[in-house]
Amino acid sequence: MTSDALQRERVHVSRLTRALENEKLLAVALLAPAVIILVLFIAYPFVMAIWLSLTNLRVGGVGEFVGLDNFIKAWHDTIFRTVFWNTFFYTFWATVFKLALGMWLALLLNRHFRMKRIIRASMLLPFIIPTVLSTFAWRWMFDPTFSVVNWVLYHIGFITVRLPFLSDGDWAMWCAILVNTWRGVPFFAITLLAGLQTISPDLHEAAALDGANAWQRFWHVTWPLLMPVTLVVVVFSVIQTFSDFQLIYVLTGGGPANSTHLVATYAYQLGVGTGLLGEGAAISLFMFPVLIAVV
Amino acid sequence: MAEVVLKSVNKMYGNVQAVKDVDLHVRDKEFMVFVGPSGCGKTTTLRMIAGLEEITSGDIYIGERLVNELPPMDRDIAMVFQNYALYPHKSVYDNMAFGLRMRKFPKPEIEKRVKDAADILDIEMLLHRKPRQLSGGQRQRVALGRAIVRHPQLFLFDEPLSNLDAKLRVQMRVELKRLHERLETTAVYVTHDQVEAMTLGDRVVVMKDGLVQQVGEPLELYNQPKNKFVAGFIGSPAMNFVEISIAAESGGLWANNAAFQIKVPPAKLEALRPKVGKQVTLGIRPEALQIANGSTPVESSFQASVEVIEPLGSEILLNVRCGTNDMVARVDPSIRVKLHENIRLALDPARLQFFDSDCELAL
Repeated sequence: MTSDALQRERVHVSRLTRALENEKLLAVALLAPAVIILVLFIAYPFVMAIWLSLTNLRVGGVGEFVGLDNFIKAWHDTIFRTVFWNTFFYTFWATVFKLALGMWLALLLNRHFRMKRIIRASMLLPFIIPTVLSTFAWRWMFDPTFSVVNWVLYHIGFITVRLPFLSDGDWAMWCAILVNTWRGVPFFAITLLAGLQTISPDLHEAAALDGANAWQRFWHVTWPLLMPVTLVVVVFSVIQTFSDFQLIYVLTGGGPANSTHLVATYAYQLGVGTGLLGEGAAISLFMFPVLIAVV
Repeated sequence: MAEVVLKSVNKMYGNVQAVKDVDLHVRDKEFMVFVGPSGCGKTTTLRMIAGLEEITSGDIYIGERLVNELPPMDRDIAMVFQNYALYPHKSVYDNMAFGLRMRKFPKPEIEKRVKDAADILDIEMLLHRKPRQLSGGQRQRVALGRAIVRHPQLFLFDEPLSNLDAKLRVQMRVELKRLHERLETTAVYVTHDQVEAMTLGDRVVVMKDGLVQQVGEPLELYNQPKNKFVAGFIGSPAMNFVEISIAAESGGLWANNAAFQIKVPPAKLEALRPKVGKQVTLGIRPEALQIANGSTPVESSFQASVEVIEPLGSEILLNVRCGTNDMVARVDPSIRVKLHENIRLALDPARLQFFDSDCELAL
């Protein structure tokens, strides 16, 4: 390289450096990638869904603007009402069980015992197995013909007739809640455990000296101090459970007779299964105000 | 009101013995201070009295009751923690009232006791605040308040002043002492600060490596330490230690060292006679060293060079070197010496202490 070329290179470099010294330019440069990704993958689909919900688009057709017709239709649809109620029921009970069991596990794991780390880590297993796989396993366990649970209960002598795990509407809903709980408890337990570990043991000792028994120590010291963490986990869990799709899709497909359909699975069935993209989009958007309220 | 008795109390953590055969009698209304370096077992002992640690062996009595198996809440004690351990989500009032509520005191009684304690500690205007809105000193008062509302038989303090700045610590020390005189409740107090121990304690327990080294009143520990550890631990600046050999010459005993020769005072003759020809450790308190004047006998003085001068206002600390020995002398502030000047230091023979070089016990 000639000295001229070197000189030019140096000037070039210093110009770029100088440009980046400008905070406004630097801010734009640093934010741009994130903004582009957000627009492409979140804003565009979201706006698209809103647009679709206002049209009568079908797969392969050209949609026309129909205003709020899709929403009005959904609201008058009895299946949709069942589905909407199902979603609340499913979310509420799954969250209650996850919180209760997660808290119990976290309190147990917060004690000192042998092989603490291995046990803490192994507890995350349900969380790291892909939902589809683990739900398939559950579906086999609840299978009308091959259910291992029925087989065991029958041979122990607890039951004489097979339990209708997934073939009865109520049973199927509770099974779905059970599987969701099984899958979600580790997240609650680990997060609450992290919260528990920030609470100084001195506070428990002080409370013990103050005359509080174990339950009172939990109620007056642990629980209030854990509240911020608990709120975050519950909000996260409610959002995820309310918009749950995979688990229901694999376990029951929404049946029997729509008794386990959730908003997300029903929207999918209408939009993709039946091809009514507009109506499907409108139904999925019913989740939006609820989740906004939760957040 | 209660006395506390420890009988051969031991504590093992796996193979490590944290507390070894502690026998102790804390008298009714006494302010007893445990002092020692970190890891000496003082906090463990306190926590065993509180019931927060199990006792490996031995017995602990509070009042007349054997409390080995009693849970902390049934021991009728209150404890002030090093980091205060205030409930961060409760107001000052609720922090103080919590113990009474757990014990189902009637509401007016709780209110009265909290108000009284707040009055004593001068924190009435803080009652509605949360702990995070308080300064370190105020939190300390609230922690004290939480302890005194309960009117317990026994107060336990686990280094309660160590998180405060130096000035506040001195102030709180005085207040604690005043509070103890007012409440007349037996107190056990743990600290690693020997000044705190000396100023607060009616009696002081010096511990090291899980063993009680000496129990006594502050001045007794200072003037008649039982061993070299206590002598060195109590007092600031620390006692000077010099290795010497004992020789019998011209009818008396002499403490010899490469750099000086000092006559053993008559009071120590008996104890040191068996040590003739052997090494012992000579202990000299900094204030037992003064600048010699014309009337100082040669047999109780020696030459030294001044290495560092620390003028503290009320006194001057001279770091001097005598042969291979470094020593500190606490001298009158009016004295003028120069750095590296050779001076003659006089010993106060009555205040010399001798320790066995092997077992380190006082002779």
